[in-house]
Amino acid sequence: MEVSRHWRLQTQRYSLVGETCDTCGVKLFPPRDVCLECEAPAKELYTFTGVGEIFSYTTIYEAPAGFEHTTPYMIALIKLEEGPLVTAQLTDVDQEEVYVGMPVEMVTRKLRTEGEEGVIIYGYKFRPAVETAVQ
Amino acid sequence: MTNVSIIGVGQTKVKEHWDTSLRHLAWYAIEAALDDAHTTDIDAVFVGNMLGGELSKQNHLGALVADFAGLRGVEAIRIEAADASGGAAFRQAVLAVESGLVQTALVVGVEKMTEEMGAPATAALSTALDADYETIHGLTLAGMGALLMRRYMHEYGVDVSDFAGFSVNAHANGALNPLAMYRNRLKPERFAAAPQVAEPVSLFDMAPGGDGAAAVIVTRHERALDMVPQPVRVAGSALATDTLALHDRKDVLWLAAAERSAKQAMIQAGISPEDVDLFELHDSFTVMAALSLEACGFAARGEGWRLARDGEIGRNGRIPVSTFGGLKARGNPAGATGVYQIVEVALQLRGQAGDCQVPDARIGMAQNLGGSGATAVTHILRVD
Ligand SMILES: [Zn+2]
Repeated sequence: MEVSRHWRLQTQRYSLVGETCDTCGVKLFPPRDVCLECEAPAKELYTFTGVGEIFSYTTIYEAPAGFEHTTPYMIALIKLEEGPLVTAQLTDVDQEEVYVGMPVEMVTRKLRTEGEEGVIIYGYKFRPAVETAVQ
Repeated sequence: MTNVSIIGVGQTKVKEHWDTSLRHLAWYAIEAALDDAHTTDIDAVFVGNMLGGELSKQNHLGALVADFAGLRGVEAIRIEAADASGGAAFRQAVLAVESGLVQTALVVGVEKMTEEMGAPATAALSTALDADYETIHGLTLAGMGALLMRRYMHEYGVDVSDFAGFSVNAHANGALNPLAMYRNRLKPERFAAAPQVAEPVSLFDMAPGGDGAAAVIVTRHERALDMVPQPVRVAGSALATDTLALHDRKDVLWLAAAERSAKQAMIQAGISPEDVDLFELHDSFTVMAALSLEACGFAARGEGWRLARDGEIGRNGRIPVSTFGGLKARGNPAGATGVYQIVEVALQLRGQAGDCQVPDARIGMAQNLGGSGATAVTHILRVD
């Protein structure tokens, strides 16, 4: 079931909930239960602040099915302030303004519409950090 | 050194085979390999394929291909590891023969990419990535390549045009390969003006998908010596893995699985990078070619692109790559690509590479990567 595949991920997608490793203190997103650093169990939940900066980015012109009506759109690797990288779309920003190192923050937006029932999937995207945008 | 040798190879042209089905494509390559090996005595079949289920609505390719190739009853399975499926299938054949449980194994990599075009095909290829945390955001394989390329440019201070040498070399070699998908030469000055797929990855950075099949037959070395005049020995064979998603890697610009599998294969073969006469690398994107050269020890970190700029990857260069056109010009039939690489290295070592021949080739390496390099399969072949 496509719906349950997305329903089970909603805490991660709406609130950027990951995990923290009791042994070495590393924060993990996406959650994976086994620490990427020390391979100890890491099941304690941790909610990320959603603040970070752009590590790399691209503008997609040839989209996969489900995204073909939204091209061009931007995707970035975001370096969260707690350490991990996360893959997400950029929003509320012009392509020309984006640069590696740009401060960004998480927002919740529609990711895509799926299936014949038109189920809308929401999740995190990132936009320029508010104090930067105001400048 | 393994005790496995190649006794037969076969391949079809890579192109849009509108009139040919998946099973027929596989059969054409198998037929050519059986002819080459002068045998029909096959004990196991390994089918490398990525997209049969997605694009042709056809899984269960082991039984289908064995039956259609006149090998009904023979052990046969499909091996899937995204666009490393072909290399992974060859690895399984080597393991089977090396174990002694299988005497002669046939590997066929086959892909029908053009059953669907555009967005559905792009979505099918994107299944190589992390569905829950990458593709749900609209990431594609080209987008993955673009995230790598942009970061590479940022960290190492290089421009888009610094990658041009990889595609120029691939097309120069592809122009000499009658089975290549693209036989046109690329002008370096046109590189920066190519249409964008996922900026900064353009059509000239990205290998084109095509339909194709390639096949290889392996058996025990002492038996191979009695069967064919020029057996090609599998000197090293290794498969390693990494995280599917780039965001899970501590060092995004290092292909850890490529390094690990290359090191293991070189140790088995008792060689180091300077002994390799040619390298069929996985140039799915120009940045992947640069990163592969670095991970495998042919260039220092951040300097893989220099080999292309300085003309060291040509057929007479220090480390010839993409000698039949590579993924970029021969074409990238996803799950078949890794078997094409093995066929091409074998032809080079047999001195049967025609206009694409690398002079005095004795040791060749093939490395097949899946998606972001999450699967890396390295093989080292040699002739005495
Ligand atoms: Zn830990």
